[in-house]
Amino acid sequence: MSFIKTPAVPIESINPKVKDCEYAVRGEILNYALRLQEELEKNPGSRPFDEIIYSNLGNPHALGQKPITFFRQVLALCEYPALLDTDDTHKFFSSDAISRAKKIRSTLTGKSTGAYSHSKGAKGLREMIADGIALRDGYPANPEDIFLTDGASAAVHMIMQLLIRSENDGILCPIPQYPLYSAAITLHGGTLVPYYLSEAKGWGLEVFELKGNLDLARENGISVKAIVVINPGNPTGQVLSESNQQEIVELCRKEGLVLLADEVYQDNVYVKDKNFISFKRIIKSVGYSDDEISLVSFQSISKGYYGECGKRGGYMELCGFSEDVKDQIYKVASVNLCSNTSGQILASLIMNPPKPGEESHKLFFAEKEAILSSLGRRAKALEDAFNSMEGVSCQKAEGAMYLFPLIKLPNKAIEAAKKVNMVPDAFYALRLLDATGLVLVPGSGFGQAPGTWHVRTTILPDESKIPAIVSRLKAFHESFMKEFQD
Amino acid sequence: MAFDCAASVDVGSINPKVHKCKYAVRGESETYPQILEQQLQANPGSLPFDEVIYCSIGNPQALGQQPITFFREVLALCDHPSLLEKSETRNSFSSDSISRAQKILSYFPGKATGAYSHSQGVKGLRDAIAAGIEARDGFPASADDIFLTDGATPGVHCMMQLLIRSETDGILCPIPQYPLYSASITLHGGTLVPYYLDEATGWGLEISELKKQLEDARSKGISVKALVVINPGNPTGQILTEDNQQQIVEFCKKEGLVLLADEVYQENIYIDYKKFNSFKKIVRSTGYGKEDFPLVSYHSISKGYYGECGKRGGYMEVTGFSSSVREQIYKIASVNLCSNISGQILASLIMNTPKPGDASYESFAAERDGILKSLARRAKAMENAFNNLEGVTCNTAEASMFLFPKIHLPKKAIEAAIAAKKEPDAFYTLRLLESTGIVVVPGSGFGQVPGTYHFRCSILPQEDKIPAIISRLAAFHKLFMSQYRD
Repeated sequence: MSFIKTPAVPIESINPKVKDCEYAVRGEILNYALRLQEELEKNPGSRPFDEIIYSNLGNPHALGQKPITFFRQVLALCEYPALLDTDDTHKFFSSDAISRAKKIRSTLTGKSTGAYSHSKGAKGLREMIADGIALRDGYPANPEDIFLTDGASAAVHMIMQLLIRSENDGILCPIPQYPLYSAAITLHGGTLVPYYLSEAKGWGLEVFELKGNLDLARENGISVKAIVVINPGNPTGQVLSESNQQEIVELCRKEGLVLLADEVYQDNVYVKDKNFISFKRIIKSVGYSDDEISLVSFQSISKGYYGECGKRGGYMELCGFSEDVKDQIYKVASVNLCSNTSGQILASLIMNPPKPGEESHKLFFAEKEAILSSLGRRAKALEDAFNSMEGVSCQKAEGAMYLFPLIKLPNKAIEAAKKVNMVPDAFYALRLLDATGLVLVPGSGFGQAPGTWHVRTTILPDESKIPAIVSRLKAFHESFMKEFQD
Repeated sequence: MAFDCAASVDVGSINPKVHKCKYAVRGESETYPQILEQQLQANPGSLPFDEVIYCSIGNPQALGQQPITFFREVLALCDHPSLLEKSETRNSFSSDSISRAQKILSYFPGKATGAYSHSQGVKGLRDAIAAGIEARDGFPASADDIFLTDGATPGVHCMMQLLIRSETDGILCPIPQYPLYSASITLHGGTLVPYYLDEATGWGLEISELKKQLEDARSKGISVKALVVINPGNPTGQILTEDNQQQIVEFCKKEGLVLLADEVYQENIYIDYKKFNSFKKIVRSTGYGKEDFPLVSYHSISKGYYGECGKRGGYMEVTGFSSSVREQIYKIASVNLCSNISGQILASLIMNTPKPGDASYESFAAERDGILKSLARRAKAMENAFNNLEGVTCNTAEASMFLFPKIHLPKKAIEAAIAAKKEPDAFYTLRLLESTGIVVVPGSGFGQVPGTYHFRCSILPQEDKIPAIISRLAAFHKLFMSQYRD
């Protein structure tokens, strides 16, 4: 009889894909930050900073951004319809919020947000989203091709599960990438085929780089099923040019790749000389038919100017898929019954916000513009700060919510990292956290050209805090470089 | 190298596990009724019934059940906290819903319910749930053991993904079972090891049957990892006796199985001669401590008297796993960031309802008891109705939201079914739908002893519709039997 208790579920017996999968955004550095937070709460003043700033995750409301008033009015009226019938309803809710809530409720199963909806999401809400897509792109959208999900992440998993049969199936992913993609590919047993974005060219996507990696994978016996393109980019923040998008579409068509277009940052563009163009619009404007190219477009309520991360809403729009494949996707969606109705409602609202002339439009527009212009200013302030630091260069954040500065770490720092068994950028990020309370994610969590080091920061801390953050960052970096100078 | 682009995603090239997976509760049980509904709308009077009644799915609010007022008050206040700032809107809310909302909002930094929470769910809400579990069972529960999920379903998928390495890993499942389990096992590449519940003894669970099936599987080289027990049962509606539960616990302990306890119907109890006991309570009262016994208990906001299906809320309480395995579970949860906040809030409310003396208590209790008593009456009325049909026997629905009557189909009916290329029970339920508009799910979707036929019918239509449903059912059945009688 052994005195050492063997757990009934030893770690060796669990699914190796689960063990292999990684998600740095909520990984080690966050665990350390949470411990620091506890320490600070128990012992205020024990650290050279008095709060932890979670700049590791695109989570705007956690850092003080307020929800859009119109959206929350509609949500509250949908959740507690008794509010629609009080004497004071019109005093506290705008008339368009009231009529929108009534319209939405009429589309819901049992007129209630508490019933399971259709597994693709309530039909009426999908129709509203389809209308919004058509208005955005200038081409019609079919509500039957829209699947509402608990955030875009759930939809990404569904597609990876659908496409990947074994580790012989590959998915092309940008490096750097948002590590949901690498995690989902690992969990579903596939192979990630990397293509490198070119930092020197503003994180540009070179089609010959794509093709080179595609061919190499095929030579190694990998059947490459799809390509992930994140536009605007995460962590890299670039907005693709229209011609670049056309090249990508053409490559997909020629090579039989499904185009997985992560477009969750479509409402986060900060530069005047570029616009977000959906891949759907590109495909339609070039004139490709449905049997020439398959596209999945992902959108989310978590980003943009709405930032409703906790409500978990999003959708995927399918183009160029046969009915029987769509039936299989529907079947997988039906096993989980449906996505949450608050998220569904918010998805319909972000694709169909108040229009000029409607009662809520003035306030809505002011809130939206304030948030977006502030994000633009914060992006610039942080970009400039990084570029002023020794050995650091930072590409412009044209869109999304992040900066991904390149840090030239001195050899001594790299050696010090190795000594404590850490990846050099993780070593830097941890020291940074210890000195400033700022939580950033090491670039190794996203992938980067070998021998280069980055960190990802969000641009989300409240604008009033940015100057203090910048000065602490600069002070830390200066002292770090001094400590490890070659 | 040429690639056939149009066929790049065809049914032949997708993940075969997706292809193989089935979920009878939606699928055909819904698409055809929806077509009939559309036909009725376009052409009223064109069918022998004037509405389609979905008795196929546990979706109470789709059939007229009202949400619990207190819960929706709290939800609306949390969604739109500015309602708390105006004294006039405050008058529309009960005082305890206001204080509960304020308490809940205090758990969110900056009162931001739109932010991603901790990946296990908001700590304060988990504390409330742990307290509720402790009050229910009389044994301690920890917030660290709780994982809030978008419904119980994602928690089931998480454990299947964790435990299943390949098709040589098996999971013991009851037959009949809720087909999420079979679908999830298929999707994650495992093997379902069936154990038959005994209809003659009220769907009892015999340990000898469990043992036989386990040994049979092992002799075929299957490594059986876990046992799924649904208590109260779905589709079968029985409540396990305490003795039976103790035997199951001992069986799992002896055979090194993880116990996956689906307890989502714990608050749908219609008889007074049995009580619901959580498996956690049984495990602890048997003397097994936190480290001794791997148990996952599932609960959901979709059932009970609250029926908040569309809000997608639930949790799993995970105990008896090593910390290294727990980290892996946390990691899977973190890839999808967190479950939706409304669902998390509702999960904390159902485990922590108004108490006597609270302002809302009386109206809350009246709503709750009204719903539960009505469900019990409907369960009895329909059970009696089924037992009055020729060749039909129906076990008492001690709990849950369904009845699972057995029908003796005459040979002629079975032959007609085979000729129509349908499972005999699906043939019956299709004819039932076409004659009466009543949608039920064939027993073949849940599994049944070979050669027996059943269907699952919910007890959820509003009480005033039950007599008409019963008489239409009886009329149809009489006609069917006279057509196919041996």
